[in-house]
Amino acid sequence: MSDAMLYALAGAMLAGCGTYGLLTAGGALGRILGFNILGGGVFLIFGAVARRGAGAGLAADPVPQALVITGIVVAFCATALAVALLLRLKAADGAGEEEP
Amino acid sequence: MSALLVLALTVPLLGLVPLLLAGPRVGERAALAVLAIGAGLCVAVGVAVALSGRALQYFVAGLAPPLGIGLRADGFSAAMMGMSALVLALTAFYAMRAPGAGAPRMPPAFFMLLLALASALNLAFLAQDLFTLYVALELLTFAAVPLVCLDGKPGQLRAAMTYLMFALFGSVLYLLGVVLVYGQFGTLDFARLSAALALAPPGWSFGAALALMSAGLMAKAALFPLHLWLPPAHAGAPPAASAVLSAVVIKAPLFLLVRLWADLAPVPMAQAAAPVLAICGAGAILVCGVVALAQVRLKLLIAYSTAAQIGYLGLMFPLAAGADAYWSALAWTGGTLHLVSHAFSKAAMFMAAGLIAEVFGHDRLAGLKGAARVAPLSIAAFGIGGLSLLGLPPSGGFTAKVMLLTSALQQGAWWIGVVVLAGGLLAGGYVLRLLVLALQRPEDGTLPAARECGWRAGIALALAFGAVALGFLPLAPLGFLSIGRPIAWEGLAP
Repeated sequence: MSDAMLYALAGAMLAGCGTYGLLTAGGALGRILGFNILGGGVFLIFGAVARRGAGAGLAADPVPQALVITGIVVAFCATALAVALLLRLKAADGAGEEEP
Repeated sequence: MSALLVLALTVPLLGLVPLLLAGPRVGERAALAVLAIGAGLCVAVGVAVALSGRALQYFVAGLAPPLGIGLRADGFSAAMMGMSALVLALTAFYAMRAPGAGAPRMPPAFFMLLLALASALNLAFLAQDLFTLYVALELLTFAAVPLVCLDGKPGQLRAAMTYLMFALFGSVLYLLGVVLVYGQFGTLDFARLSAALALAPPGWSFGAALALMSAGLMAKAALFPLHLWLPPAHAGAPPAASAVLSAVVIKAPLFLLVRLWADLAPVPMAQAAAPVLAICGAGAILVCGVVALAQVRLKLLIAYSTAAQIGYLGLMFPLAAGADAYWSALAWTGGTLHLVSHAFSKAAMFMAAGLIAEVFGHDRLAGLKGAARVAPLSIAAFGIGGLSLLGLPPSGGFTAKVMLLTSALQQGAWWIGVVVLAGGLLAGGYVLRLLVLALQRPEDGTLPAARECGWRAGIALALAFGAVALGFLPLAPLGFLSIGRPIAWEGLAP
């Protein structure tokens, strides 16, 4: 098994775990974590795709790497927005109530 | 001319600066001015496309794809840009506080978010590679989610959270599809992908990528059965925010869905996938239409009507992928025209609902008897906007639905015709419900002392007449919408 394949499979596993978490988590925080794990899996798969560029004599195809960095920034912003929303929701709902 | 494309993206963002520096009153006016300029730019793009008969294109920093990022406006993009910019500008005008009127004031954040929406929407309509489109969709989500919870009420926050979760799940699915496309073709640019797809029939992994991207876009556009987030989010938001959310924000993912299946996917693949999209569309029209009938609150009724009306676009796909060139072009025109006319009528209806709720202090349908006396212009705007949803002539909705119906019957897809007609009947049911109540006399004979705000009702009425004006388009494939199809870069080897 090539190392790109290993990373791709690991990414697929992460994406699967993340999807499961996103769909089944009871609380909003669990969903946010699920989204991040799913996103991490997708970025890892993208990294494995980049490794295929090695055939062209490069260490790796740089385009997917640039896109992954952008994707990570976007996912980080999304997480920040979701957490901010969750904090507001908790403040509005009163202490300790978790979103069902 | 091509600089117009860059200006359409940057002017709304530059408009944020005065909004951040100035006080709310000056900021509102500045935002309105910038959105009006933005609408002018989008209309100018449309005029330039129509006059030259070719798509406008621009390479950012002069770098052509595959390394650079290209912007391109064809007839379809220009129509969507013009529609969304007009609705945004009129919404900003509607949201400005009337001098002396007691209407609740929209916070400065609302105008900032409108400007952000304007830029994100234009990017979604102009970007030509799948990853830039991902960024555009995310920008759109980040601007739309706070619009849902502007007042910070717990219900709104909960609806915004659900919306955000659906949208984020949708964007990751879309991104996974993008990754698979890149893995297969080594490019994400529409024109280069089309050229590569024309050379060799794509394998199942391209189909899987398209399916993932479509599922993501459906979650963002609230196409049945992924519509559950839409009614609480759109109904709970302040009326001006509901108007832009329902009218234009969901149109960007729908626009991309059309791009993917009608412009990018090879015809056999589109034909194979189209029935699934059509079944989702039919489900939206029938299920959400029936649920809309059962609503007791006006804004929820309108929100379910949005979820139902999106379904007509789903019905378009099998017709647009048909074998006969003329009838499939007619269906495609009908679907795209539906996106535009629905935007005008839905914005008008949400604005009217907001004005009615201001007069009565609530939006429970049972308590709205006699509304035609205290809010005649709003009821007129609601009714005229509703005409288009029903598909009664003259209205853009009528033209769009007749195009879909004709194409369905000519291509032998009778069940699509039945769904189009049933959807019209259901829409008739929920639009007429309010009109009948509004014309009744209240039981105890008392009407609220307040009256509607006339000039804001005028804006809603103007939008409703916009939907009517689209009904005067000819019942034939429009030349303007098909300018620049199929997608290709001019002066660039594929």
